[in-house]
Amino acid sequence: MITHLYILSFNLIFLNLVSGQSIHFQTEVRPILMEHCAECHGGVKKASGFSVLSRASMLQEGDSGDPGFVAGNSEESALITRIRSKDLDERMPPEGQDALSAHQVEVLTKWVDQGAPWPQHWAFASIQGQDVPRGVHPIDYFVNQRLDSEGLTSSSRAEPSTLVRRLFLDLTGLLPDMESLNTFVADPSGLNYEGLVDQLLTSPHFGERWGRHWLDEARYADSLGYEKDSVKKDAWRYRDWVVNVLNQGMPFDQFSRHQLAGDLIPEAAQETLIATKLHLQTQFNLEGGIDAEEDRVKRVVDRVNMVSSTWLGLTVACSQCHDHPYDPITQREYYSLYAFFNNMDEDASFLSDNPNNAESILNERVGIAEKLDQMLSRQITDKNLNNQTVGLLGKLFNFDGGKGLTRHMRERVENRRETFVMKRGDFLRPDSKQGVVFPGTPRIFPPLRDEIQLHDRLDLVDWLFSGKHPTTARVAVNKVWMRLFGQPLVDTVQDFGSRGAQPTHPELLDWMSAWWQSEAQWSLKRLIKWIVMSDTYQQSSAHRPELKRVDPDNRFLARQNRFRVEAEIIRDISLQTAGLLNLHLGGPAVFPPIPDAVLNQSFTKYGGNSKGRDRYRRGIYTFFRRTAIDPNMMVFDCPDASASKAMRDRSNNALQAMTTLNNEVFLEAAQSWSAKLLQALPDATDDLRMNHTFQSALGREPSAEEKAQLIQMLQEARDWFQGHDKEAVEFLGPYASNEMNPSEQAAWMTLLRLILNLDEFFTRE
Amino acid sequence: MNSKESNLRSKVEEGHYTMLRRDFLLSGASGLGALAVSNLLGGAMDSINRHTAVNPLEEKPPHFPGKAKNCIFIFNAGAPSQLDLFDYKPKLNEYDGQPLPDSLTEGVRFAFLQKETARLMGSQRKFKRHGQAGMWFSDALPHISACADDICMIQSMQTDQFNHHPGQLLMQCGQAQFGLPSMGSWISYGLGTQNQNLPSYVVLSSGRGPSGGATLWHNGFLPSVHAGVLFRNQGAPILNLEMPPGLPPELERKGLDVLGELNRQRFQKVQDSEISSRIANYELAFRMQMAAPELTDLSGESDANLESYGVDRAEPERRSGRVGSGNHHSTFGANCLLARRLVERGVRFVNIMFASWDHHSNLDAELGYNAACVDQPIGALIKDLKQRGLLDETLVVWGGEFGRTPLGENRIGRAGVTGRDHHPNAFSMFMAGGGAKPGSVYGKTDELGWAPVVDPIHINDFQATLLHMFGMDHRQLTFRHQGIDKRLTSITRESSVINELLS
Repeated sequence: MITHLYILSFNLIFLNLVSGQSIHFQTEVRPILMEHCAECHGGVKKASGFSVLSRASMLQEGDSGDPGFVAGNSEESALITRIRSKDLDERMPPEGQDALSAHQVEVLTKWVDQGAPWPQHWAFASIQGQDVPRGVHPIDYFVNQRLDSEGLTSSSRAEPSTLVRRLFLDLTGLLPDMESLNTFVADPSGLNYEGLVDQLLTSPHFGERWGRHWLDEARYADSLGYEKDSVKKDAWRYRDWVVNVLNQGMPFDQFSRHQLAGDLIPEAAQETLIATKLHLQTQFNLEGGIDAEEDRVKRVVDRVNMVSSTWLGLTVACSQCHDHPYDPITQREYYSLYAFFNNMDEDASFLSDNPNNAESILNERVGIAEKLDQMLSRQITDKNLNNQTVGLLGKLFNFDGGKGLTRHMRERVENRRETFVMKRGDFLRPDSKQGVVFPGTPRIFPPLRDEIQLHDRLDLVDWLFSGKHPTTARVAVNKVWMRLFGQPLVDTVQDFGSRGAQPTHPELLDWMSAWWQSEAQWSLKRLIKWIVMSDTYQQSSAHRPELKRVDPDNRFLARQNRFRVEAEIIRDISLQTAGLLNLHLGGPAVFPPIPDAVLNQSFTKYGGNSKGRDRYRRGIYTFFRRTAIDPNMMVFDCPDASASKAMRDRSNNALQAMTTLNNEVFLEAAQSWSAKLLQALPDATDDLRMNHTFQSALGREPSAEEKAQLIQMLQEARDWFQGHDKEAVEFLGPYASNEMNPSEQAAWMTLLRLILNLDEFFTRE
Repeated sequence: MNSKESNLRSKVEEGHYTMLRRDFLLSGASGLGALAVSNLLGGAMDSINRHTAVNPLEEKPPHFPGKAKNCIFIFNAGAPSQLDLFDYKPKLNEYDGQPLPDSLTEGVRFAFLQKETARLMGSQRKFKRHGQAGMWFSDALPHISACADDICMIQSMQTDQFNHHPGQLLMQCGQAQFGLPSMGSWISYGLGTQNQNLPSYVVLSSGRGPSGGATLWHNGFLPSVHAGVLFRNQGAPILNLEMPPGLPPELERKGLDVLGELNRQRFQKVQDSEISSRIANYELAFRMQMAAPELTDLSGESDANLESYGVDRAEPERRSGRVGSGNHHSTFGANCLLARRLVERGVRFVNIMFASWDHHSNLDAELGYNAACVDQPIGALIKDLKQRGLLDETLVVWGGEFGRTPLGENRIGRAGVTGRDHHPNAFSMFMAGGGAKPGSVYGKTDELGWAPVVDPIHINDFQATLLHMFGMDHRQLTFRHQGIDKRLTSITRESSVINELLS
């Protein structure tokens, strides 16, 4: 700050005196280069042969014959001369764009004079653990250190009832049962807290909760996408695999290994093959007239992009067509990642329900698949075969679905495809001049093990989990943190590249990453427990007026965050409170009520309303048709499965209000709850019922003020419905009961519907 | 201020209302207050995104003055045959049955057509010149052609996709990728909307709906308030708009007051501005419930108007197999009328979807059916807008995702050649109003309609022009997502505004 004042007030000669103060590359220099130079002098366009992507590229001689700068000598540096120039033909940025500000010019000048240091981007540098004093939770140590330096203090521990609700929602996505709630509120000791954490981590609903997070990243759906959007009858097996292994506590390295390369694991179990269905979450185009090879290439590209954003924390999609505009990743490196996935084929087998004639069915399938394969290789030279290949592809898909086969991936052994860089990403323009591209990883990362020549996906997994990789653990830990605090430490959860955000707590992120990969052996449950045991996690989430000015977004973590729960969870807890939720685990997807107008959006309508208790399953089990997504999910920001999504949006809009007020699912919850409440407490006072209601929905008792307002509301509703039995019965729908007074039940339903719409109800505090 | 708003104001004391509003504005923009975060994080996320600290739907000024304020985009999914509607090619009829020289088809990819044996196919339609510019239309569109003097016809559209879903994504979202915001979402994001009681972006659909489904009106990475809201053709237009049966409105109002009060008490306790947004949104939902019935109530429309839009038209006996069941003649007419009512009430962007025009076979009969379905209501819409003085500010667009081949489709295994295949090389679109040059024809294809001979327009150029008509620069209307400043038009392609299309 002081430096800035000097620049503004004194002349250039004086500036040289202060140039001893070092310029910070990442926060001062790089933003200028990225904002003002990289669009023309970056990875995509290297106008005049000059690029600001790396120090080396800036030092290369451009078309002008000069390097971008001479380290230590701004006077001799073209970069500085050009940004200082008053001649519009000379000046950079060029005419039509604003010149750099005096301050920006000085930053760059000083940076060059100081030798143009270019420190490694934080996320690509190796993870740095550091010693932490004994006796304090490392999370609290790092967070408090930061708070101290800002002159802030953490918040006190949340109310016990809030804590129970928070833990239940975070770990299982359900509301606490009365017994757990009462037990903990009666004795909220640390010991009991830990007991509750352990109990929830072994709940089968833990896998559903954290599995759903993973399914967002896996872009999981029950249909193939594109025009036909055909239904995948076996997709749920992958969903169940995810839920099951998370419940079993499979560590993240194994979890990744099975999904990325399960088919290559020697003597892989059938369940491990199911894991490779991760790669089948890409969309398939079975539209008439498409090019099957083009569509296959799109799927491989999609896999590369998913793996990269999910595990590496890098957005590399742009390098399919050209070098990365902002990060030092070349197009060729993109295709070396692509090469890992270019020889995968869709195979299928019986996993359970083995019929007697399994062998002949599988042989029949092999026949179709081989024919398709031959056709595809001929199609590359004869495009007129497009339709036949697409036809065969559809036939194969229908065959699998019809015979009850489960699809998975398999590395092809014969007729292996060679990988080439594709000019501008066009599959019809392989760049043979650049030669065959072999599987490999970007040079910004530590190398693959080099004793072998041809790497496969298992090597890729080994590389990710070697313990030396700079982003694998950081990226994953950041996402776990986000689930437990409502916001991550690095805001751009899928982009740790140079355009991504900086971590708010870099030391904490590194400490956790180092601890997780060595000490905790990639165990997700241990990581979660470790985080929720910290005081930082257990803080109250209430906003504090004094923090509003200094830290409105709570980046220093002087409190927990309160946030709306996700689409599926709003559904789950509404049904749970209403006594409707069916907690059955796993199995084929189900069809809760979805309006015809939505179902008709698909090419062919599929699925009607599920009968019986299937109507009330948890949201994770709702059939996910890409072209007809349940509007109750979409309106609350459920991702559309088009691409890997680690961080959901959390919008707040009027259509959401209409959904929870009027939609069939939520209305039924209010109807059912009114019947349940009056059955459970037939002769109770309003007061008692009100307490019960608050306890089950919000985990607390109502305040006197709340109670007074609601009872007045109840009375008005009673008054009205007493003269309107017909309307009362209509309002209660199928839950109108002969044994109860309809006007009394309808009055309570009016009130319960409001409770289900309270901000507090669907907020995790 | 209308009476409903003043009611609301009287309900909530002035100071409190202001507080609510400000909080709503601050928090509504996106999940994690992107603006504030950027200050802490070394400027990694600048105020690049067009969030002002306001309600994300509040009206925002354009980059420069633009003539268009609203858009009605009539999307004819499946790709209508330009050669049988707009692009008159007498030579094509003359050469009917002849092969094309190899040089023309070399390197061209088709969906179904077998290049080696394909033959040119003339049009069965009769063409005539219309309006002062002598604009060509076939006899399939008698009502639209009568508006020729208001129409800006483009004969030289081009796309780089030749399959439906990718082609539709390119036309609606600027690129053939999933998960991107559609044009309507971008315009809503850029300009907000004039009516806070209705969604800013409404989708009306008839026929079977485009094969791309909801991906064509998705908000992508933009805040979800900018998503297209699909109106239903029956019952309440917006999903979940109707209050539960049996519950009287006065009790609902009272209930919402209590709900608001309880939420406010929570706000007092935890001071989270999300609660204020929630309160405001429940009020907005209520106002929408009040506004929507008036919107869809056509009783105020004159009989003449209802008749000219063809709202009560019966379905003809010979139907098309490609549009699915239902009375599309009636629904499409009602959708056009509803579109006018929407823009009249300040809704920023209306998409009217009609599908399908994918006439691989039986082209003459099915194109005739589709044209008859859409022609009269669109003609009525243009005239009605003009008569009400709305056409100057309302841009009407008509187009599909690509064109159809001059060659007849000789698909393997199909007897006879009665249709045309997908043709990305050349197709027609038209605009009316909103600053589009009236009575003009832009671009020209060769004598067979194979490719433009002058002035080809890529879909991204068209989109850049459309944004320009709204006073927005397609290079400046950006949203930072995953480190890239995303925009409607492709970042790697130079797109340009076609000034000749502007009045």
